[in-house]
Amino acid sequence: MTALDEIKIGGLGASRRRVEDARFVRGRGNYTDDIVLPGMLHMEILRSPLAHARITSIDTSRAWEIPGVRLVLTGEMMAQRNLAWMPTLSYDTQAVLATDKVRFQGQEVCVVVADDPYIAKDGCDAIVVEYEPLTPVVNPLQSRAADAPLIRDDKEGQVDNTCYRWEVGDRAATERAFAQADVVSRMQLHYPRSHPSPIECCGSIADFDPATQKLTVYMTTQAPHIIRAAVALVAELPEHMIRIVSPDIGGGFGNKVPVYPGYVASILASILLGRPVKWIEDRTGNLASTGFGRDMYLAAEMALRSDGRILAVRMHADTDQGAFFADAQPTKFKIGLLHSAFACYDIGTGHITAQGHYTNKAPGGVAYRCSFRVTEAMFFQERMMQAAAVDLGMDQAEFRRINLLRDDAFPARTPFGFLVDSGQYGKCLRLGLDAIGYEQFLVDQAEARTRGRRLGIGISTMTEPLGAGNSREYDILGIKMFDSAELRVHMTGKAILRVGAKSQGQGHETTWGQIVAHELGIPAADVIVEEGDTDTAPFGMGTYASRSTPVAGAAISMVARKVRAKARKLAAHLLECSEEDVEWELGRLYVRGAPHRGATIQECAMAAYSNMPDGMEPGLENVAYYDPPNLTWPFACYIATVEVDPETGVWDVLRFVAVDDCGVRINPMVVEGQIMGGLTEAYAMSSMQFQTYDAEGNMVGSNYMDYLLPTAWETPGFELHEVVTPCPHHPIGAKGVGECAAVGGPAAFVNAVHDALSDTGVRNIDMPLLPDRVWQALQDGRDVSGMPPVRSD
Amino acid sequence: MSYGRAGTSEVRETRTGERRVTLTVNGERRVVEVEPRLLLAHLLREGLSLRGTHLGCDTTNCGACTVLLDGEPVKSCTMLAVQADGHEVTTVEGLGTPGELDPVQEGFSREHGLQCGFCTAGMMLTARALLDRVPDPSEEDVRWALSGNLCRCTGYQNIVKAVLWAADQERTS
Repeated sequence: MTALDEIKIGGLGASRRRVEDARFVRGRGNYTDDIVLPGMLHMEILRSPLAHARITSIDTSRAWEIPGVRLVLTGEMMAQRNLAWMPTLSYDTQAVLATDKVRFQGQEVCVVVADDPYIAKDGCDAIVVEYEPLTPVVNPLQSRAADAPLIRDDKEGQVDNTCYRWEVGDRAATERAFAQADVVSRMQLHYPRSHPSPIECCGSIADFDPATQKLTVYMTTQAPHIIRAAVALVAELPEHMIRIVSPDIGGGFGNKVPVYPGYVASILASILLGRPVKWIEDRTGNLASTGFGRDMYLAAEMALRSDGRILAVRMHADTDQGAFFADAQPTKFKIGLLHSAFACYDIGTGHITAQGHYTNKAPGGVAYRCSFRVTEAMFFQERMMQAAAVDLGMDQAEFRRINLLRDDAFPARTPFGFLVDSGQYGKCLRLGLDAIGYEQFLVDQAEARTRGRRLGIGISTMTEPLGAGNSREYDILGIKMFDSAELRVHMTGKAILRVGAKSQGQGHETTWGQIVAHELGIPAADVIVEEGDTDTAPFGMGTYASRSTPVAGAAISMVARKVRAKARKLAAHLLECSEEDVEWELGRLYVRGAPHRGATIQECAMAAYSNMPDGMEPGLENVAYYDPPNLTWPFACYIATVEVDPETGVWDVLRFVAVDDCGVRINPMVVEGQIMGGLTEAYAMSSMQFQTYDAEGNMVGSNYMDYLLPTAWETPGFELHEVVTPCPHHPIGAKGVGECAAVGGPAAFVNAVHDALSDTGVRNIDMPLLPDRVWQALQDGRDVSGMPPVRSD
Repeated sequence: MSYGRAGTSEVRETRTGERRVTLTVNGERRVVEVEPRLLLAHLLREGLSLRGTHLGCDTTNCGACTVLLDGEPVKSCTMLAVQADGHEVTTVEGLGTPGELDPVQEGFSREHGLQCGFCTAGMMLTARALLDRVPDPSEEDVRWALSGNLCRCTGYQNIVKAVLWAADQERTS
C-alpha cells in the first residue's frame, strides 16, 4: 500500500482552490438581499438629522396615506411592546427607535414597511419629526467637561458621561521602576474612528409564520447563535422557535457582530404583519449608525535604561464610545484586549488605566478586523517603540531586538496577565530586515537626504492574542467563548461538516474540509461544509476576533478524531483483530505487523451502516465542543519604506515586507490572501480612511465620497514571507491570522513617514497621514493632532 | 410593484406613469414596463431576477453594481432603467457559458482574486471590458482600469494577477 498524499487529497498545507468561488464568479452567491420570499414587504429607516435633540413630536399620518405603505413604527409603538430599548453586547442599553431624544446623527427614529423599498422611502419622507436641539458632544474632552450635557439621561444613576473605568497591572511596581529610569519617553496620539465598511451593508429578512409561530430571520450576521440567544431574550420568543440563517456574507470585519435596530424592527414588523419583511441598509445607514472601530486617545510613558532595556510602561486610554456602549467584547475586559500591548516585549512591569466616554456619535467600538481593541494596542505600542528609540538615540531595529522576548522565554506571563506561549521573534525580525535590505536602506536614505529627498523606513513587530476564549476568562453576555463542529460521515465515505463559526469571505467551506482531510484521509472534495443556520449548526460563538481557526478549527480536529476512534473499532471488526492491534495511517487502518491487512476510512464508513459488530451503535458521526486552553499568539514583522514629497506632503510606499508567523498554515493561498487584505486595510487606515464629526455632530464620512477607501491604483504591492512556529496547544498547531496585518500594518507605514521627518522635531502626526497633515507638520516642525472636530472642507 | 414587470410582447399596454423599456440583457431581448425612477440595478436584480449584480454604496463609488452597457462598464446603481432603453446590457450572468468559465472568471478563482465575492461581479465585468479593448495590458493598465471598483477583503494584488492571468490566457489560446 502506498500512503495517501495529503496535498493531493486537499489536506493540510494544500493551496486548494476555493469551493466558494464556483458560485461567486458566476454571480450565483446567495447574500441576504438575494433572498426573495413570497409576500415579502420592504422596510426603510428614518434617521435623525441631528446629533443631540429632544423629540417633541412625530407625525406619521401622511406616511400611512401612501398607497403601498403597510406599517409605520415609532419608538412609542416599540415601547408599548417593551422593545424601544435593547441590550448591547457590553451590558449597556441602546435605543431601537428613539422615544425621548436622539443621541447621534443617523439614529433610528421610525421605520416604514411597504410593498417595495421605493414606497417605503416615500413613507419615510412623509413623516414629520419635530426636534428641540440640544448641545452636541463630539469628543471625550467635551464629554467630561463639568458643564457637559448628560447624554444618557435615560439611565438611572448615570450622573456624568462616563461609561466605564478599568485598570490592570501593578501601579506600585510601575512607580518604582520609573524611579530607576535613566530615560522616560512619552507618546500621545489619537487612533481615529474608522468604519469596517464591508462592501455589503447590513440587512435582514424577518419571516414570522403566524401558523407555526416560528420566526426565521435571514440576516448578515457573523454570529448567528448569539443573535438567536439575543432574540430569545429581547423579544421573549422561545429559542426553539427562532431560526437564524446567515447566508453568504459580503464581508464583515466586525461590523456584522452586534444586534442593530434594523434587525429588531424588521422582526417586530414581521410579527405584526404576519409577512416576511426585508430590511437592506443603504451605505449611509451603514457608515453613520453601525459599529465603528477605534476612536481612542492614548498616552503613555516608558521607563528606559540607557542601554535600551525597557523597565516599565504606564499607559492611559480614553475611548469615545458614542451614544451607547455597544462594543462586542468579553465581559471582563471593558476596553477589549488593549492590555495585550507590549506582549512581545519584556517590559518588566506596567500599569494601564482606561475610561470610556459617551458622546453624541454613532455607537460601537466593535472589533474592526481585530481581537477586541488589539489594533489600537499594537499601533500605540509600535509608535511608542519608535519614539523611545529616537529618545535613546538607538537604531529602531536594534531597540526592538534587545527587548523582544527570546525564544527560550516561552511561556511568558505579561505584566497584564496574558500567557504568551510561542514564537521566534528574533528570527522574524531578522528575516524582515534582510528582505527589505535594512542596512543598505539606511545608507541610501542618508545619501538621499543630502540631495533633499526624504526617505523613511518603519518597522512594526507585534504578537497579538487571537482566538478567544478560553471559557474561564472569555464570555460575551455570559455565554462562554467556545466553538463547535459536527461531522457526519455517510455510508460511501463522503461527509457533511457543520460548524458554529460563520465565514464572511475567509473561505471556511474550503479550509474546514482540509482539516477533515488531514485528520481522516477523506479527500477535502468529499466534505460539504455548512455554517450559519442555527437549526442545523451546533452552537458556536461565530467568526470575529480571528477565532475561527483557533477555536472552531480545533473543534473540527477534535470531532474528526472522535470519528476516527469509532472507525478504529469498525476496522478491528472488519480486520478480525483486537482494537489495540489497529494502527492508523492517513485514510487507512491496518493490523500492526501486517500492514497489507487494512481497511480504508471509506470501508469503515460503509461498515458503520451495513456491517457493524453486534451491540455497536450504527452510524459514523459525532460532535465536538472545543474550549481552547489559551489564546493563540501569532507574530508579525512588517517593514515599510516610503518617500515623502516635502513640497506636497504626499508619501509613496516604496516597498513593503511582511513576515508572518501564524503557526501551521492550513491553506497557504488563503492565508496569504488574508494577509494581503489586512495590509490593504492597514494602508487605508494610515493614509486616508477615517470618520470624524464637525462641531455640530455631523458625521464627515457617511458615504464613499467622503469616506475614502484605497483602490487598486494607490494600494502598494506587498512582499510576503513566513516563519512557522506551531501553536503548542492547538490540535494542528495553527494560529489566527486574519487580523495580524490590519493590526500590525498601520504602524509600519506611519513609522516610516515619521522616520522620513526625523530631523524636523515632528514626533507625531495622527492618522490618517493625509498630505495636508504631513505638509503642515513639515512647515511648522510641529505635531499635528487629528482630534475632532476637524476641518471638514 | 414598481420594480419592472417583464412583458411577453411589445403590444402590452403600459400603466399610467410607467415607461416601456426595450433592452438586450445577456443577449436576450427584454421588454419591461418600469417606473421612471427605477434604477437599472433594481430592474436587473428584482425585475429580471439577475441577482449577481450587487449594490454596495448608492453613490457610484464602489463599483459592486458595475455592468456593461454596450460593452462599457457603467455603475447600474446610479443609472435609471429607462436610460438603458435600446441598449445592450451584460451582467455577470452573461460571462462565460454554463459549461465553460470566461477566462476572467477562471483567473479570479485561480489567483484567489476574491474572498467574500460581493465586489467580484463588478470587478470581473470591468476587467472584461478592459481586455476587450486592451488584450495585452500592463499591471498599471489593470490597476487604473479597476480604480473605480472597491474591494475590502482581498486587497487588489491577487485581483490584478487574476486579470493579467486572463489576458495571458486569451492571448495564448
